[in-house]
Amino acid sequence: MHVVEAEIREPLILGEKSYNDITEDVCAPIEGKANAMWYFVFGLAGLVALWGIGNILYTIGVGIGVWGLNKTVGWAWDITNFVWWVGIGHAGTLISAVLLLFRQRWRMAINRSAEAMTIFAVMMAALFPGIHMGRIWQAYWVLPLPNQFGSLWPNFNSPLLWDVFAISTYFSVSLVFWYIGLIPDFATVRDRMIKPLPKKIYSILAFGWSGNAKHWNRFEEVSLVLAGLATPLVFSVHSIVSMDFATSVIPGWHTTIFPPYFVAGAVFSGFAMVLTLMLVMRKVFRLEDYLTLKHIEYMNIIIMLTGSMVGVAYLTELFVAWYSGVEYEGYAFMNRATGPYWWAYWSMMTCNVISPQLMWFKKIRRNLVVTFILSIIVNIGMWFERFVIIVTSLHRDFLASSWTQFHPTYVDMGVFLGTIGLFFVLFLLYARVFPVLALNEVKTILRATGEYGVKKHIHQISHSNGQSNHAVVEEEVEVEKEPVLEVEQNGVDTPVEEMKDVSVSEEEDIEDKKEQD
Amino acid sequence: MSKIYAMYDDDSTLLHGAESLVAKGVQIKDVFSPFPIHGIDPVIGVRKTRLAICAFIYGLTGMSLALIGMYYFMIADWPMNIGGKPNYYFYQNIPAFIPITFEVTVLCTAHGMAITYLLRNKTLPGMIAKNPDPRTTDDKFVMQINSSDIDMDEETLISELKATGAIEINKA
Repeated sequence: MHVVEAEIREPLILGEKSYNDITEDVCAPIEGKANAMWYFVFGLAGLVALWGIGNILYTIGVGIGVWGLNKTVGWAWDITNFVWWVGIGHAGTLISAVLLLFRQRWRMAINRSAEAMTIFAVMMAALFPGIHMGRIWQAYWVLPLPNQFGSLWPNFNSPLLWDVFAISTYFSVSLVFWYIGLIPDFATVRDRMIKPLPKKIYSILAFGWSGNAKHWNRFEEVSLVLAGLATPLVFSVHSIVSMDFATSVIPGWHTTIFPPYFVAGAVFSGFAMVLTLMLVMRKVFRLEDYLTLKHIEYMNIIIMLTGSMVGVAYLTELFVAWYSGVEYEGYAFMNRATGPYWWAYWSMMTCNVISPQLMWFKKIRRNLVVTFILSIIVNIGMWFERFVIIVTSLHRDFLASSWTQFHPTYVDMGVFLGTIGLFFVLFLLYARVFPVLALNEVKTILRATGEYGVKKHIHQISHSNGQSNHAVVEEEVEVEKEPVLEVEQNGVDTPVEEMKDVSVSEEEDIEDKKEQD
Repeated sequence: MSKIYAMYDDDSTLLHGAESLVAKGVQIKDVFSPFPIHGIDPVIGVRKTRLAICAFIYGLTGMSLALIGMYYFMIADWPMNIGGKPNYYFYQNIPAFIPITFEVTVLCTAHGMAITYLLRNKTLPGMIAKNPDPRTTDDKFVMQINSSDIDMDEETLISELKATGAIEINKA
């Protein structure tokens, strides 16, 4: 039965919610009408997406000569964008798989949307190698299909082919994992719908889910096994992406530290993107009771941790470039920091190493505005990281006569902006028609970690100094007798008379209260 | 045979109710709930699923497929000499084959398991849901008892159900 959280933990669901309240709150955006803001943002994203699609079609029609690539810098924005999007696509499955295995209950409020974000980000990522091929209609050549060239097979020793398998496996497995979790929630929406057409659509999407004991028994097993599979998969995907670089002999790329360093960077940027989207979503859909400050704080701690790992990796690279005594490697890193692309290198260092260190301060971790700004800064920094790795390593070729700079054309920029637009189009559509929280999972933690049964009376008294509202919090904890919770310890059921006493510091209560206002 | 549906508004009430009913010899056919009720399976006799065993078999299949495929493409059918690296022996190529072997193993396991899950559950697009009340996907918990499975007469059963805290009892 329900295992009650330790009393010192903050509740993960605020307000005195019942199971029905959760359903109502999550289904409200699906059943209601979109407001003008939604149409405005959707329209804007749609226009940017159309511009991007136009540029993609132009690239396909004319060839990748319309990009700024040259003989020396053969990979630039395209692969930068690819790695950036794949990195962003790492948070979703990490949240739903790794955190499931670690029994982190706070993941339940964010996993659905984070996974949706993952799927859309991986779609955007997969676009870039496709169009970078030049002749996209021959993309099927990456598959080991019998062919007319005397059975010439793709090279299975090449990391580029490993990447094809890694990205397609990651995309399809993430999609399946996401959809299996969605089926019971679609059933909830189906059973609430009144109009015949939406009811029909949601009943098709719900696959006839009945929610009987055997269904749930299998559901839990599938979730657990898929989480177990997706966990190494998450780490393998970005490791393999990093091997595209690490197995080559280019100074600046030929490093064994790349796989863990790329994975940490991916989690870092993925969580930043999750925060960017969640901070807006919780406000627009009024989900502040489910995506609480505690959730944001947890995500900020992960950003701080992975940002520090990325920082250590940068410094290790520098150290090894010097310590190895390889002059090419040493030059590559000197050139990054002091060469013509110094601005990209130092932007990366500032955004990725210094900015997440601000998260050591609890005030900053729990500040929504700072978190939002930092999440965007982190993503800018991570884009620069990939740009630095790719372009600065290539632009100084082995022959000094080939040294050159990379100048993006408007097509390069248009394609990149277009993928951002397309990503937001997909995410906005998702937010309108999908249950954005994992209903069935959030309900399972309501009794254990919700504020259920705890009544609070907060009297806010505005203070005359004008700087901040000073509040006097009177907590009156009323113990509800019904239903009696149980704590399962070593298989012995012990009835617990008292609901947990949620100890929240006064200050946090005020913050939460302000949030809701 | 008639079906009796007893509705509860709390999962722990239903679980305790089920325990006491089973102790009195009432066989519970099924339970419908908006989320998994932990601990209900042994009470109503739902056995542990064997899906994980299937997943393991799919994984072995995927791994074998990947290794056999790569052996055929890279060693047997068309060995390529890339940078003078040895390509004529499978064991020398194993390190380079690990990533794809892993990916194909995961691919087959995950999809095989998901497909088996959907088929076994009979949840596929267009299937009709069997939950007796739309509220069971929201906040209500329903216990189904088939009158043919029990020795009690219905009135006794209904009073027993009410004693366990059922808020609504329907017959179908």
